[in-house]
Amino acid sequence: MSAVVDDRVVRISRREFIGSLAAGAFVLGFPLRGVAQQSPPPFLPQPSSGTPELTAWVVVKPDDTVIVRVARSEMGQGSLTGLAQLVAEELDCDWSKVTTEYPTPGENLARKRVWGNYSTGGSRGIRESNEYVRRGGAVARAMLVQAAANGWQVPASECRAAKSVITHGPSGRTVTYGQVAAAAAKLQPPTDVVLKDPKDWTIAGKRLARLDTVDKTTGAQKYGSDLVFPGMLNAAIVDCPVFGGTVKSFDASAVASRPGVKHVLRVGDSGVAVLAETWWQAKKAVEALPVEWDFGEHANASSAAFADVLKAGLDADDAVVGNASGVKTLADMRASLAAAPRRIEAVYSYPHQNHATMETMNAVARWTPERCEVWTPTQNGEAALAATAEAAGLPIAQCEVYKQLLGGGFGRRGAVHDWVRQAVDLAKQVPGTHVKLLWSREEDMVHGRYHPVTQCKFSAGVDAQGNVTAFHMRISGQSILASVAPENIKEGKDPVVFQGLNPPGPEASIGYGFPALLIDHAMRNPHVPPGFWRGVNLNQNTLYLECFVDELAHATKQDPLAFRQKLLTKSPKHLAVLNMAAERGGWGKPAPKGVYRGLAQTMGFGSYVAACAEVSVSDDGVLKVHRIVAATDPGHAVNPQQIEAQVEGSFVYGLSAALFGECTVKDGRIEQRNFNTYRVLALHEMPAVETIIMPSGGFWGGVGEPTIAVAAPAVLNAVFAATGKRIRELPVKNHSLKRA
Amino acid sequence: MPSLNVNGTMRDYDADPDTPLLWVLREQLGLTGTKYGCGVAQCGACTVHIDGANTRSCVRPVSSVSPSMKVVTIEGLAPGGSHPLQKAWVALDVPQCGYCQSGMIMAAAGLLREAPRPTDQQIDQAMTNICRCGTYNRVRAAIHLASGQVRTAAIDIVHPDRSTT
Repeated sequence: MSAVVDDRVVRISRREFIGSLAAGAFVLGFPLRGVAQQSPPPFLPQPSSGTPELTAWVVVKPDDTVIVRVARSEMGQGSLTGLAQLVAEELDCDWSKVTTEYPTPGENLARKRVWGNYSTGGSRGIRESNEYVRRGGAVARAMLVQAAANGWQVPASECRAAKSVITHGPSGRTVTYGQVAAAAAKLQPPTDVVLKDPKDWTIAGKRLARLDTVDKTTGAQKYGSDLVFPGMLNAAIVDCPVFGGTVKSFDASAVASRPGVKHVLRVGDSGVAVLAETWWQAKKAVEALPVEWDFGEHANASSAAFADVLKAGLDADDAVVGNASGVKTLADMRASLAAAPRRIEAVYSYPHQNHATMETMNAVARWTPERCEVWTPTQNGEAALAATAEAAGLPIAQCEVYKQLLGGGFGRRGAVHDWVRQAVDLAKQVPGTHVKLLWSREEDMVHGRYHPVTQCKFSAGVDAQGNVTAFHMRISGQSILASVAPENIKEGKDPVVFQGLNPPGPEASIGYGFPALLIDHAMRNPHVPPGFWRGVNLNQNTLYLECFVDELAHATKQDPLAFRQKLLTKSPKHLAVLNMAAERGGWGKPAPKGVYRGLAQTMGFGSYVAACAEVSVSDDGVLKVHRIVAATDPGHAVNPQQIEAQVEGSFVYGLSAALFGECTVKDGRIEQRNFNTYRVLALHEMPAVETIIMPSGGFWGGVGEPTIAVAAPAVLNAVFAATGKRIRELPVKNHSLKRA
Repeated sequence: MPSLNVNGTMRDYDADPDTPLLWVLREQLGLTGTKYGCGVAQCGACTVHIDGANTRSCVRPVSSVSPSMKVVTIEGLAPGGSHPLQKAWVALDVPQCGYCQSGMIMAAAGLLREAPRPTDQQIDQAMTNICRCGTYNRVRAAIHLASGQVRTAAIDIVHPDRSTT
């Protein structure tokens, strides 16, 4: 299986086991009082038991209800609806009868991964599963039609299906899907189905309403943190604030007599948790708990010290090449630069950032010597199951994970299931009891898996005509894979570092053509754990590249659009979205008084995106982003109104990062502990967004992330146009934009 | 045993006086539509109405809410999700992950009580709730739709009941 297992956390969980025996868990006994007890809530999967499936993806009930099974997680991005549209399209069913369910990760393993990959990240939900889910719908349709034909004793070729009704052409007889579903389920699935041409789509490609909206407007929607089980205990945790530190000791007796407190337990070797009747009781108690920490080797680490290490990497010789053309080595590039009549250089930097999902990390776990079950919001049910089994010390077949709707994911809930391991570790210490672990916001802020920290140095050689002759982009800084999946580092290279900077290809290629190009990476890994953060490395790579290209245009007195167009002649899809954003954004035309424009383009997650931002900066330095025009070519557009929602949301995420997003380290720990010190974009700061979806067909790109990357550079290039100030160190909040 | 008037019903609870209203609603009364986001009145996910006024329940000690005060949560805003804001939210598919949306809708409902036809500036000032998915522009459009300032939805969305497919 492909579940990513974090080596570092696995080590901790082994120590956890020893710790829980040796430390002597402190147990108290109080009867439960006053806590609302409810029966287990209805989980997302609507039980389809009793009705045989047609394919792994489709169940049709006698009342014509269609249940589409969705393996990828829904976290707001809308792919629950989009994937259902793709299945329903090929099934030719009545869309108003469609509902969805999540098959569990345990079922997937038991059925030889019939639902494929559960990982929901990298804007992959639709682009990487569209083919097999559409096939799942098409096969089911063929079986239903065959069953109807068998019943009428006519050839299937004389029957057609539409909106869950099968019609026999010559006789006009009809039957509904629900009436033949049981017979169809007994047939051998055909292997020769042909998928529709997207131009014939009637359900996919349409601006359909999401399937999961209503309950989110009434409070009825349950999230992981809302779950309640009979006898459940609530856990609040404090993990060592310095990454890599451990618990020396704690004085459980200091909080033992507090109301509702039932247990004070060690979690691994780095955390302590209080289990109480209510979470609020647990949180108050764990805050009052005296804990002595061993902060370990990183007790004095700081962001300033990281910055020095990264800075040294900008000129180091130990870099790994990600993309080179026209030159082969660093020495070649240095020679090309030395030969250029003019050289332009700049250094940029990008800080650590927290995902800050609105719902903090949480899981319910129940452990017995025979079985361990976990209910949790996760972007990767299979990885959550692997983490559960590992922490439970049980065979994976004796474990199960029930995926819950996520209150935000953004990459935090995918690769590393540290909170699941903690919940299981606690559940193991109180066998048979449901334990709900919920992180406080403060715990969530200081125990993230942060956007990697990097710096970037550009050196460009320019000839007398303003043409770039040599282009060196050196990235120095943190590797996500080195922390999350070190087995994927080959010959010192983390390929994800070069997102958006790769040679021509289907995933994330640089569009610009330079006669001599070298992009390399000096890996420098501070102790703060990095993670996949919505947009991942495309974010800072695009920021760096698009701002520096803008610098080159201005330095050589060329129009930033014309300059880019000249460099994109061999990248027609990159060029097309750029031209569209520029045209609709009014580039080259007069802007409202005091308003200035900036451009950016990139390719990532299989899609091509560009933006034209309009900003103004007041005399006292207040930046206002008025409007952004964004163009996206995702190949195919499965639900355009949800793509628009993703593009708008991408600007909120990207502008939050650009303007405010920064987690700083002092004394080995993250300083920002809540939204009052970790600002994010507010409604009043949100610009108008105009989204142009221009699917050119022939490929499938993602839409949840790529646009984030153009938010910052489009705005910063507009800020330069407005003020002449070039911001090279993010975030913007650390700079004054006041007129001198 | 102390009690609260929540969504028109008197409810007993058993909690320390300094327990925030949020946790009494969620953990004792089973009203989980009101969310925990920050605990320091920054994000607004916990917004409820007390006597009609927007209140961030994560910092409001339950003991300061007397039985004579009327607490309304998202579950009690309108029967069956029939509030104009809830309808507008559905019409425009506002929520993404949805976690902050109870608080958003409650904050917007408080705004409409003060300003039945709010300007963009009033919306800017009143809607300080945080959304990380980035629903802000649809939130604004839905408030305008619910307040009757626009006749038709600004965003073309096909709902099953008027599906042409």
